[in-house]
Amino acid sequence: MSNVANTIFSPELAARFDHLVTLYPVKRSALVPMLLYAQDEIGYVSDAAVSEIAQRLSLEELDVRNVLSYYSMLRTKPAGKYNVQVCTNISCMLRGGYTVLEHCKQQLGIGHKEVTPDGLFSLEEVECIGACCWAPAMQVNYDFHDDLTPEKVDVVLEMYRKGQGKDVK
Amino acid sequence: MPDVTLTVDGKQITAPAGTLLIEACKAAGIEIPAFCYYPGLSLQAACRMCVVRIEKMPKLATACTTTVAEGMVVQTETPEIVQARKATLQLLLGNHPLDCPVCDAGGECELQDMTFKYGAASSFYAEPKNHREEQQWSPVVYFDRPRCILCYRCVRMCGEGMDVFALGIQNRGSSAVIAPNVPAHLSPDQLAHVDCEQCGMCIDACPVGALTSGTYRYKTRPWEMNHVATVCTHCGDGCKTTLGVRSTSSGAEIVRGDNRDKSGINGDFLCNKGRYAFDFANHEGRITQPLVRKDGTLQPASWEEALSVAGSRLKELRDSRGGAALGVVGSNRITNEEAYLLQKFARTVLGTNNIDHHRTADYVAFAQALAGHADRAASLHDTLKAPAVLVVGGDPTTQAPATAWNLRSNVRQNRARLYLANVEPIKLRRQAKGFLQLAPYGYNALAAYLAGDEAAAAAAAADHAALASFREAVKAEQDLLILIGAELRGAELKRLIEFGLSIPGAKLALLADYVNSRGAADMGLLPDMLPGYTPVGSQSALATEYGAGTQPELTKPGMDLLEIFDAAARGNLAALYVVGSNPVGRLGIDPATLKDTFVVVQEMFLTETAALADVVFPAANLYEKGGSVTNSYGDLQLVSKAGDTAGVRSDFELIVRVADKMGADVRKLVPFGTSTGLRADMGQTRGAQSGEADRHAIWLAANNLEPRLSPFDPFAILDEVQRLVPGYNVLRLQLLSGNDQHLSPATPATVDLSQRRDLVSPSGDSLFTSGTLGRYSSMLGDLQRNQAQQLVQIHTAAD
Ligand code: SF4
Ligand code: SF4
Ligand code: SF4
Ligand code: FES
Ligand code: FES
Repeated sequence: MSNVANTIFSPELAARFDHLVTLYPVKRSALVPMLLYAQDEIGYVSDAAVSEIAQRLSLEELDVRNVLSYYSMLRTKPAGKYNVQVCTNISCMLRGGYTVLEHCKQQLGIGHKEVTPDGLFSLEEVECIGACCWAPAMQVNYDFHDDLTPEKVDVVLEMYRKGQGKDVK
Repeated sequence: MPDVTLTVDGKQITAPAGTLLIEACKAAGIEIPAFCYYPGLSLQAACRMCVVRIEKMPKLATACTTTVAEGMVVQTETPEIVQARKATLQLLLGNHPLDCPVCDAGGECELQDMTFKYGAASSFYAEPKNHREEQQWSPVVYFDRPRCILCYRCVRMCGEGMDVFALGIQNRGSSAVIAPNVPAHLSPDQLAHVDCEQCGMCIDACPVGALTSGTYRYKTRPWEMNHVATVCTHCGDGCKTTLGVRSTSSGAEIVRGDNRDKSGINGDFLCNKGRYAFDFANHEGRITQPLVRKDGTLQPASWEEALSVAGSRLKELRDSRGGAALGVVGSNRITNEEAYLLQKFARTVLGTNNIDHHRTADYVAFAQALAGHADRAASLHDTLKAPAVLVVGGDPTTQAPATAWNLRSNVRQNRARLYLANVEPIKLRRQAKGFLQLAPYGYNALAAYLAGDEAAAAAAAADHAALASFREAVKAEQDLLILIGAELRGAELKRLIEFGLSIPGAKLALLADYVNSRGAADMGLLPDMLPGYTPVGSQSALATEYGAGTQPELTKPGMDLLEIFDAAARGNLAALYVVGSNPVGRLGIDPATLKDTFVVVQEMFLTETAALADVVFPAANLYEKGGSVTNSYGDLQLVSKAGDTAGVRSDFELIVRVADKMGADVRKLVPFGTSTGLRADMGQTRGAQSGEADRHAIWLAANNLEPRLSPFDPFAILDEVQRLVPGYNVLRLQLLSGNDQHLSPATPATVDLSQRRDLVSPSGDSLFTSGTLGRYSSMLGDLQRNQAQQLVQIHTAAD
């Protein structure tokens, strides 16, 4: 049973949130993880999610928006089913990160922070994702793909298009 | 805390341990620049303007977050520091528009001052500036994003200070921006707004012109105004507000209200009414010439005609029907001098005790209950310092916003313990240590229960355990400050006060609605009380002065407000004299009631009451005259003339002129220039003696004294107030210096309160209303509409 009546989240996530708020000396410390889990479930942080999180943490919605807007990896608009994040930070840049990014743009027909019309893919240029040893790298949802070339990118994208890619949350 | 000694710029200073370096320096006369630091709010250390060099510290340190320490050696202004501050300024100016020539803050801007001082005049940035359009967040709050220097003062002010939390900070780094609580995408007009109390404290705190006020923006420049410190007319707290005044062809227009030097009783604070609701003074509906009823309609008349009609008719009616057939209604918004003069006029010229006003709290019972305990009457200052506070009834957040501000500050800064007993879950409960939910109408029962009457528990609150522990907690306190709302009156109020007096060191105050509600009662605008709560008919210097005893009707209480209108309905009221009040509108009096009554009204507007009058005199408002007022707590303050509207006169002058036309001896009414009084050359003579007059004026000013040569000078009557009214032992120099002083009632308890009729009727004003006067403030009207719209939005959003 969720602590919030008419929760907008799944029963599992609601239960997780109920527990989460008990873990910290002050409730609001649960804010950032909550935003992230909410995004993972809904695909982005919706206004309804902002309201419920504010309610759960006894915060003003404004407080939630303040924190939400600070983090570039939290979204307030839906992303594609597969969110493609291409790293162009130093290591990747030196090893062709921009080529990978350009190739993605071309193949998907979308730019930075855009979503394909069918809602399958979205694209983002991001800072270092911690895979420098295998640069250039990209991340699709939470799954890593490294040592990329345009050809490898095509394979990866095709895999997701066919619904065969991993889709971990 | 013990003092520590440190060296700043080679000068030894001492300060209590724990003091912030910036404050210690300020106290020693050393100014350290600061943008983000704001006394009383949490520390932010966001701007780095306050950096200083402290010996043995590796880097420059922020004086706004460093506490003083024994032996500390500090440099506050070296080439290194100057360079650091200059660099900070250059960064701030990187995207700052260069619109000082049109910016509201120009001339009063901390960024401008600092740029001037540190000479960061040229920029290293060649990039174009990132311009954003100005946003209107509410009728009174505007935001100009590029001007913002991200000091977060507004965010802290609104959150910590106001407990509203309507402003936040969004995004990060160079795109960080101050954001209001109604985001554009959730707003029907797709524009961002604030849903808040509209106090304007954020604007006041903003060191630059990023937040500007709807009333003042782009109207004038700071140096083009005269700044007059006076007292806000809108609630019983009586904040000092500084009105910015500009000359116009018809007098002097008030263009701004703000808290300029923060030297008043309200410290930092002003609410929306003190800041914006001065605009009634400029309302186009002002009456600016006398009106006399001719052939059934009110028509403009000359002063001479109107005064003669009023004077001769009043005299005639007094002589033919007697003082008992005359009634007088006074105001909560006139000065003490005017209120005193009005009751003196009623009692000595009209010969009647039929005088009353709209009572918004029972100060008679308050004075009676505190008789002999003058030191137990609290001042507004106590709300900021008392270690524990009990608030019974009322809702300070909306009815006495400065009181609420002080209580919040006291809880935040001194950990004061706040206890509330209320029938509503009022907003201050968020700061309260204990909140007692009372049963409907449970105030009297609570007073009885606190005083030890266990049987009253059932009627006081549903939760008996909470009630019991609440009483226990309150009784365990010492030096408790008890604030009482207008819900408690008469014998029950007395009972609560007696309970309060049983607590060691407790102090009490009774909260009323308008600037001089307390003064109106203090000055005897009551049928049964002379000034200073001297019962009519008792032996006193006042009674002798007013001839009670020689005139038998003056030894008996007169008719109260309701009785006056009852008498009118019966055809027994020959004349009614109303000063700055709208009883017809407020009490819903049928106009036919006054058909046989000769009505004289001193008013600013054609209110329901003025519309029925036979003679209407155009009156000046509180911002257009001098004198003194007394707030709910008994703090006396000076009122100064700021605005000026051609064609109006002060209530003081009007009363004197009417009395004169009635054939009264004006010199008796207002003791001016008497044989013991003052005669002086005020510059009428020019030529060889002119220097004499100027020297005299300078001498008077230097000694905070005033010449008293005119019957229209309110200070002429203040002498008499001081001489005759118990408790009004005014320190003249204190008053004239613009400082508040606390007065408490000083009459013995002689009145049987259970026999007094309860005529208190609180005005029920909200944050955005102010009685009849408030109807003539277009800004308050805008704020009401804005508020109503927002409620609709919130409801539609919830559906
Ligand atoms: S006007 Fe007052 S309540 Fe509104 S945002 Fe500014 S500080 Fe907050
Ligand atoms: S709007 Fe003014 S007070 Fe608020 S952060 Fe910007 S500069 Fe500071
Ligand atoms: S708190 Fe009262 S006195 Fe102070 S500004 Fe507001 S209305 Fe005026
Ligand atoms: S730079 Fe791309 S993963 Fe670190
Ligand atoms: S005033 Fe010290 S950092 Fe801003």
